[in-house]
Amino acid sequence: MTIPLSHYLIVSGILFTIGLFGLMIRRNILLILLSIELMLNAANLNFIAGSALHGEINGQLTAFFVMVIAAAEVTIGLAIAVLLFRKMDSVDTNDIRHLKG
Amino acid sequence: MGVVLFYSFSGLAILTALFVILLPEPTRALLSLVLTMFSLSVLYVLLGAHFVAMANLIVYAGAVLVLFLFVIMLQGIGAKDSSVLQRFHPLFLFFAPIAAMVLLAGMTYIISGLISPPAREVSGTVEAVGKLLFTDYILPFELTSFLLLVSVFAAVALAKKEKGEA
Repeated sequence: MTIPLSHYLIVSGILFTIGLFGLMIRRNILLILLSIELMLNAANLNFIAGSALHGEINGQLTAFFVMVIAAAEVTIGLAIAVLLFRKMDSVDTNDIRHLKG
Repeated sequence: MGVVLFYSFSGLAILTALFVILLPEPTRALLSLVLTMFSLSVLYVLLGAHFVAMANLIVYAGAVLVLFLFVIMLQGIGAKDSSVLQRFHPLFLFFAPIAAMVLLAGMTYIISGLISPPAREVSGTVEAVGKLLFTDYILPFELTSFLLLVSVFAAVALAKKEKGEA
């Protein structure tokens, strides 16, 4: 018995939703970044499932590129988090509200 | 065998993903994200994406999340997230689950309407991926290496202390 492809897509959808939910309820910048990572990985699962759907390898390469770009994004995001912590002594987005009009 | 692996590891992935967003201590949330990555890698292997699965383990679970761990440790106890009810007025707390549920229901509805063939395994070995990466995808590949270089510069420039600043 093989697993229908839609089950992979549904798992990916559930993970994406969890990540989005985390993005909305978290107030710590690092944990918001973690939720974004979760969403990116859900998208990766989707790409790889699509690759299996068509029997081609291109989707896996896209997932690979997403991974590399996520690594770059994390580098910048963490550098900004460190700077914020150094300047304001907090990573809570309730304290970091200088841009709020 | 594959069926058992698929359902147990997708269950584990979803459970640990829930821990990621619900646990108050950042370190624990991070370590459950590592578990999520492991279970996702198992799913990738089931789909035949061997190279991406291993890259996921090494790059994500190995490097990126350890970087996160360093930053969290750097901040010590100050990084602990306040409890959910302190963060928001309870009235506003309703909207996040409702929005998430609507999104999930919509996605499930669309996906279940699709014709769903069984997953065909494509062998994404290092050889196959590497061949494609260095022929058809050579330009994006070089561009991502440039992107990584730029992000290293940016991280150093951001994290460096200015002269005269204590």
